Amino acid sequence: MHRPPEPRMKRPRARRPRPTPADLVQAAPGPEFEITLDGRALSALPGQSIAAALWAAGVLSWRTTRRGGRARGAFCGIGSCFDCLATVNGTPNQRACLVPARPGDAIITQEGHGRADLTV
Amino acid sequence: MPISPSDTHDLAVIGAGPAGLAAAVTAADLGLTVALVDAAARPGGQFYRQPAAGLGAARPQALHHSWGAFARRAGRLAAHRTAGRIRYLAEHHVWAVTREAAHWAVHAVRGPDGAGARAEVAARTVLLATGAYERQLPFPGWTVPGVVGAGGAQAMLKAGLVVPGRRIVVAGSGPLLLAVAGSLAAAGATVPVVVEAGGYAGYARAPRTLAANPRKLVEGIGHAAALRRYGVRLRTRSAITAVHGTDRVEAVTLTRLDRDWRPVAGSGLRIPCDALAVGHGLVPQLDLATALGCATRRTPDGTAALVLDGRQRTTVDGVWAAGETGGVGGAELALCEGELAAHDIAGRAPGGVLLRHRDRLRRFAGVMAAAHAPRAGWSDWLRSDTEVCRCEEVTAGRVREAVGDLGARDTRTVKLLTRAGMGWCQGRMCGPAVAHLAGETALEAGRRLLACPVTLGELAREER
Ligand SMILES: Cc1cc2nc3c(=O)[nH]c(=O)nc-3n(C[C@H](O)[C@H](O)[C@H](O)COP(=O)(O)OP(=O)(O)OC[C@H]3O[C@@H](n4cnc5c(N)ncnc54)[C@H](O)[C@@H]3O)c2cc1C
Ligand code: FES
Repeated sequence: MHRPPEPRMKRPRARRPRPTPADLVQAAPGPEFEITLDGRALSALPGQSIAAALWAAGVLSWRTTRRGGRARGAFCGIGSCFDCLATVNGTPNQRACLVPARPGDAIITQEGHGRADLTV
Repeated sequence: MPISPSDTHDLAVIGAGPAGLAAAVTAADLGLTVALVDAAARPGGQFYRQPAAGLGAARPQALHHSWGAFARRAGRLAAHRTAGRIRYLAEHHVWAVTREAAHWAVHAVRGPDGAGARAEVAARTVLLATGAYERQLPFPGWTVPGVVGAGGAQAMLKAGLVVPGRRIVVAGSGPLLLAVAGSLAAAGATVPVVVEAGGYAGYARAPRTLAANPRKLVEGIGHAAALRRYGVRLRTRSAITAVHGTDRVEAVTLTRLDRDWRPVAGSGLRIPCDALAVGHGLVPQLDLATALGCATRRTPDGTAALVLDGRQRTTVDGVWAAGETGGVGGAELALCEGELAAHDIAGRAPGGVLLRHRDRLRRFAGVMAAAHAPRAGWSDWLRSDTEVCRCEEVTAGRVREAVGDLGARDTRTVKLLTRAGMGWCQGRMCGPAVAHLAGETALEAGRRLLACPVTLGELAREER
C-alpha cells in the first residue's frame, strides 16, 4: 500500500497494524448490504447514513454545483450545510449525512438543483 | 397517569443533547410532564453522539470522555418514558415555536431529514437546548472534496464509524480540534499536525480560572497525552491557506500567522494529506429563540448567544435556555445548566453547588473563547476567487465589490447584491465571513425565517 513520506514528523513509537474505527468501539455490525452510486455497487453497514457508507467506500463527492459544476460531498456532517445533497431512489435534495442507507438504495450524483420544487 | 400526545405538557425541551437531556430527566424527577423533542435518531446531541444500533458497538465510550454522565441520564430517560413522565420524540425537526392563548406550540416535521409528516406538541413552558454548529472561515480550496468540518468529521466518526481519509490534517481554532485529532488518530487515521490559528498562551494568563476547573485541566492534559501517543504535532499561530487538488485533497499549505491572524509572507509549508478537517469554534443555534424574540448578546469569541439570567431564563417569559444556546462552553456546562433550568421551571431553588459549578465553567468558557476568537487579519488569506458562500458559489471578490464599490455595510445588503447567504444553508456556513467582510459590527444573530427546511406544502397547510 502506498503511504506518502512523513517529513519532519516523529513517528509513533511502536508500529502496530492500523486500528479501524470499528476496532476502536469493538463493533460487531449486522450483515452488510448493497447500495449503488450511479449504478456502481458499494457495500453499506446497517445504521450508517448514506454519507457514511460513501465515505467508507472512499467516495467523498456525490453532487455537482449549479453554477461551476464543481464536485461536493459531506462537509458539516450534522445536517446544517446542505452540501451533501443527493438524489436517492429518484428523490433529489436528500441530506446524505442524515438519511440512513437502506438495502438497495440507488444514489445518483445530483447535478445542480436536482429538481426545483424546493423548499425554504 | 401517563401523558397522552394531545395533553399539554408542563415542559417542552427542544434538543436532547447534554443540556436538554439533563433538563428533561431532572424536570421529570421533580414531577413535571415533559416532551423531549430532538431532530436526531438517538439522544446525546453533538457530544454524546453514538454509533447507530445496527453497527453493534460494544464500547461506544471509546469515543467520549465522561460517558458515565450520559449513560446515567439515558437510563433515567428510559425509566421516565416507561413511567409515562417523558415523551421522547426522536427525528422531530422543530421549525417554529409559537405562543398560543394558553400554551406554547412546538411545530415539527418528522423523519431523519425532516421530510416526513408534521407533528405539534403543546406545553406550558419551553426550554431551548438546540446547541451549536461549527463556525467556518473560508480559505482558498475549502470547497475541494476531502475538506470537511472538524466537528463534522467527529460526528461522522462517532455515528457512522468512518473517517474521510487516511492522512488527515486538522486545522482552524478552538479546543475541539484537539478532541477531533485524538479521535481520528485513535480510529486509525494518521494526523500529521493540528494547526491552531490562536494559541494556548491565553489560558496561562488566567491561572485562577484554570485552578478552579481541575476537570477541564485533566481533559486538556488527556488530549495532549493522546496527541503525543499518536505522534500528532500542534502548530499554533498558523493556518491552512491553500488546498491542492481539484477533485480531491492532495496536499495543503500551512502558513504562519501574525498576532492579528495575517499570513506571514514566505512562511508556507506544503503538507501532503488526503483530507483536511477544519473549524473555527462553534456558533450557538438560535433560530427558534430569535424568532420568539429572545434577546441576544455578543460573546468574547464574536458569536451571538442568548441573554440569560442566573436561573437560565431568556428575556421571554416562559422560555428557558441551557447549553451552547447561552454561549459555547462544552458538555459538562450543558449538563449543569440543564439541571439548573429544570429546577427553576419546577419552581425549586437549585442548590448552591450547582450554581457555583455553572459559574466556574462559564468563566472557563470565557477564557477559552478569548484565546481562540478569530482576529481581523484572517481575511487576508482569501483570494478574490475564493468562494465565501458555498451554496450560491459567491466569491470573496464579489463580496468585496458589493462592499467597496456598491457601499454594502451589512450582511443583508451583501446578500441582496450577491446572493451570498441566500442558499440552502441560509448563511450558516458563510454568515460569520460575510459579516466580517461587510465590516458589520452590530449583531445579526441567526435571523432565519425557519429553523429547518420545511416543504412549501407544509407551510401552505400552516397558512389555512
Ligand atoms: C459537529 C459538532 C461536533 C462536536 N463534537 C464535540 C466533541 O467531540 N467533544 C466535545 O467536547 N464537544 C463537541 N462539540 C461541542 C458540543 O456542542 C458540546 O460539547 C455539547 O454537545 C453541547 O451540548 P448542548 O446540549 O448544548 O447541545 P448539542 O449537543 O448540540 O445538542 C443539541 C440538540 O438539539 C437538537 N436540535 C437542534 N436544533 C433542533 C431543531 N430545530 N429541532 C429539533 N432538534 C434540534 C440537535 O439534534 C441536538 O441533538 C461538537 C459540536 C458540534 C457542532
Ligand atoms: S454534510 Fe452538511 S448537511 Fe449533510
